[in-house]
Amino acid sequence: MMHDTGAKEPLVCLRKTEPLRTELQELHLHTSPPQPQVHPHSVVTMATQFTRMLAGRNTAVMLASLGAGTLATGYLFSDSTAAAERRMLYPPSADFPDLRKHNNCMAASLTPAIYARLRDKATPSSWTLDQCIQTGVDNPGHPFIKTVGMVAGDEETYEVFSEIFDPVIKDRHHGYDPRTMKHPTDLDSSKITSGVFDERYVLSSRVRTGRSIRGLSLPPACSRAERREVERVAVMALSGLQGDLAGRYYSLGEMTEREQQQLIDEHFLFDKPVSPLLTSAGMARDWPDARGIWHNNQKNFLIWINEEDHTRIISMEKGGNMKRVFERFCRGLKQVEQLIQERGWEFMWNERLGYILTCPSNLGTGLRAGVHVRLPNLSKDPRFSKILENLRLQKRGTGGVDTAATGDTFDISNNDRLGKSEVELVQLVVDGVNYLIDCEKRLERGQDIKIPSPIAQFRRAEVVQAVLGGRRQLLAAQQSVAEGHAVDVVPAGN
Amino acid sequence: MPFGNTHNQLKLNYSSDQEFPDLSKHNNHMAKILTPEMYASLRDKETPSGFTVDDVIQTGVDNPGHPFIMTVGCVAGDEETYEVFKELLDPVIEDRHGGYKPSDKHKTDINPENLQGGDDLDPNYVLSSRVRTGRSVRGFCLPPHCSRGERRAIEDLSIQSLDSLDGDLKGTYYALKNMTDDEQQQLIDDHFLFDKPVSPLLLASGMARDWPDGRGIWHNDNKTFLVWVNEEDHLRVISMQKGGNMKEVFNRFCTGLTKIESLFKDRGHEFMWNEHLGYVLTCPSNLGTGLRAGVHVKIPNVSKHEQFGEVLKRLRLQKRGTGGVDTAAVGGVFDISNADRLGFSEVELVQMVVDGVRLLVDMEKRLEAGQAIDDLMPEQK
Repeated sequence: MMHDTGAKEPLVCLRKTEPLRTELQELHLHTSPPQPQVHPHSVVTMATQFTRMLAGRNTAVMLASLGAGTLATGYLFSDSTAAAERRMLYPPSADFPDLRKHNNCMAASLTPAIYARLRDKATPSSWTLDQCIQTGVDNPGHPFIKTVGMVAGDEETYEVFSEIFDPVIKDRHHGYDPRTMKHPTDLDSSKITSGVFDERYVLSSRVRTGRSIRGLSLPPACSRAERREVERVAVMALSGLQGDLAGRYYSLGEMTEREQQQLIDEHFLFDKPVSPLLTSAGMARDWPDARGIWHNNQKNFLIWINEEDHTRIISMEKGGNMKRVFERFCRGLKQVEQLIQERGWEFMWNERLGYILTCPSNLGTGLRAGVHVRLPNLSKDPRFSKILENLRLQKRGTGGVDTAATGDTFDISNNDRLGKSEVELVQLVVDGVNYLIDCEKRLERGQDIKIPSPIAQFRRAEVVQAVLGGRRQLLAAQQSVAEGHAVDVVPAGN
Repeated sequence: MPFGNTHNQLKLNYSSDQEFPDLSKHNNHMAKILTPEMYASLRDKETPSGFTVDDVIQTGVDNPGHPFIMTVGCVAGDEETYEVFKELLDPVIEDRHGGYKPSDKHKTDINPENLQGGDDLDPNYVLSSRVRTGRSVRGFCLPPHCSRGERRAIEDLSIQSLDSLDGDLKGTYYALKNMTDDEQQQLIDDHFLFDKPVSPLLLASGMARDWPDGRGIWHNDNKTFLVWVNEEDHLRVISMQKGGNMKEVFNRFCTGLTKIESLFKDRGHEFMWNEHLGYVLTCPSNLGTGLRAGVHVKIPNVSKHEQFGEVLKRLRLQKRGTGGVDTAAVGGVFDISNADRLGFSEVELVQMVVDGVRLLVDMEKRLEAGQAIDDLMPEQK
């Protein structure tokens, strides 16, 4: 279906599961994120997508975008005999990392057997398993904080190395099974209700996510030219934004001292990562080449370019109008997407994993919606943690991840990223924060509060509409039930 | 990644100009020498184990350098790097090693009998003496590029060989990942323990991957002979003791090194070495002898003299603080060592240190007595 552009193609080696042809016939062709209005893919749209893919990495990109986890196409090394000899001298067992002191999702799931099967595979751009896991090997982790411990180098990583990524994703995303579930995408902000908070408690509201440009490698793997291309595509699209979204770009390498100070004062500037979790993954190479910050003139819509992901999109403002923050977020995202599509580019997305980002923890929506909220009484109540847990919220200090709270002000945001849509997650935060404020008010008045019942993890729809038909689906769904997930299973014929 | 590295193929889809790094703010040897034309001619090459020009220069791209200190900005991933990328590395070597040409030959001499004197440095001034070098095991990739399997194989080989040492060289190996708290504290107290590199110069080159897997410290029971395994190089060999008997230190250094080399050969392995570059190490700055012979010497008066810098330059010596590279001197005590590595033999370099330090101590005594040192000013070596 897709012809070769003539670029050198290494050997293609398919896993010995279902034959490729059958799965392609079965799969529903969802190569790009659902548009707000329901319309079938036009011929023109398809052509544009394929044009970009032809210029990019062809077959594998196509397969990756279909999002079928079992299509683990592994590209074997087709290079020199010197390398082949070396490979024979060092069987996978010689290279298996020592993970005995490690506490991260990768270490919990990677076995010598999985490593042996995957070590000699590579994505079409030659990204390997060792490169995926290097950050997890180098950073054994924290007894209390379980980091992910692996990153993707490109979109195909999640397919070629699905044998390790799928269990890690399941571990990190509270049981979301990429082999059987679908991720819903919904950026219709009009659905949000009660999205304006009491500003005596909520000091600021913020929504962030990330987006990757299909066809270009991710920050751990990208070459300088690819990174510059990401910058060019993103900046070109952003320059097309108008009205309240109009703004400008500040390249990290070229900004003046004054601009830099301004961005620091506004808390917009990001700096070269110092966390070994990020530097071990190779995403800080060539700093600050092709990195930059874009923000609108009103300073409430901000894009980071080429930091941990191709792009990070942030909508924020002082006060409690989360609905407006999310409205701007969705509108800005859609406009940017349209602007890049006009030029033949698109975001990395597929049905089973949603939006594809560098770290598996940000798959799905990649969305963190949060507020800075004052909870002087509630935060001292011993039930605070349990309430948050049941509301599926997390607390952080007001400096962001890994900081402590100052005074009684907390950063409260959603725990989940994958398996629930953007609208669902923002609504969850809205409802949750309203509940917390209600608790705070009650405690102020000397009234008692209740721990809410836990919110359900996944909708029944995800399990029912599993990608593959038949018995395998049934077994997988039964397994989910056996593991105690709160889901409903409809065994036959969806 | 030593199993072949076809990631380079993807980059070739982009033009050389699109990939060329921005070196406009850089001050290191690599940035001074690498041109877009050179990059264009080297970018489609790789060594047999898959090391590419981007791998060579990554540390130099990531670390623009210091206005006053000129770092090298490149590393080798294997022995063949110096051949495949000679178009870049030869001028870097020439620049770094005082005009050493691609056609020059390097002399190796680790016969301690050829050292004259060196047992007579005044211990009232010379507090300690030390000689270090590095060795790479032929057939394995170097620390920036080696796999875990290779690194472990180097560790195993090293342990086997070092365990066979006897006499005053007999000692014990401490693997970094298996050390007990007591052992760790002891090694810290002895100033033997090396830790995971924090310098971005080293981290950017990839040599700290998988820490502490395959890393360790071996030392003899007398604590005068020490080997670091898989830090910045495969092996770093250090001989040291308190006081000024550099001759004894160098003696033990040569004897130990020679023994270790033959023990490796017994097991079918040799060190990376060739006629032109001498001993091959990870950083081009350590080629040749890889040798740094130095003392901690108390020279509060000399070090304040206006000619101090000039004296060191003529003696071909360099000063550092007593914490090692990039530290400051404390209490007038300086680390004085040879500035050269390549183009002089081991004996010649240690001789320079011995003679030079003797002169510095004489100068110190003169200045203490309030006398001039003009007649002691040396010629340029």
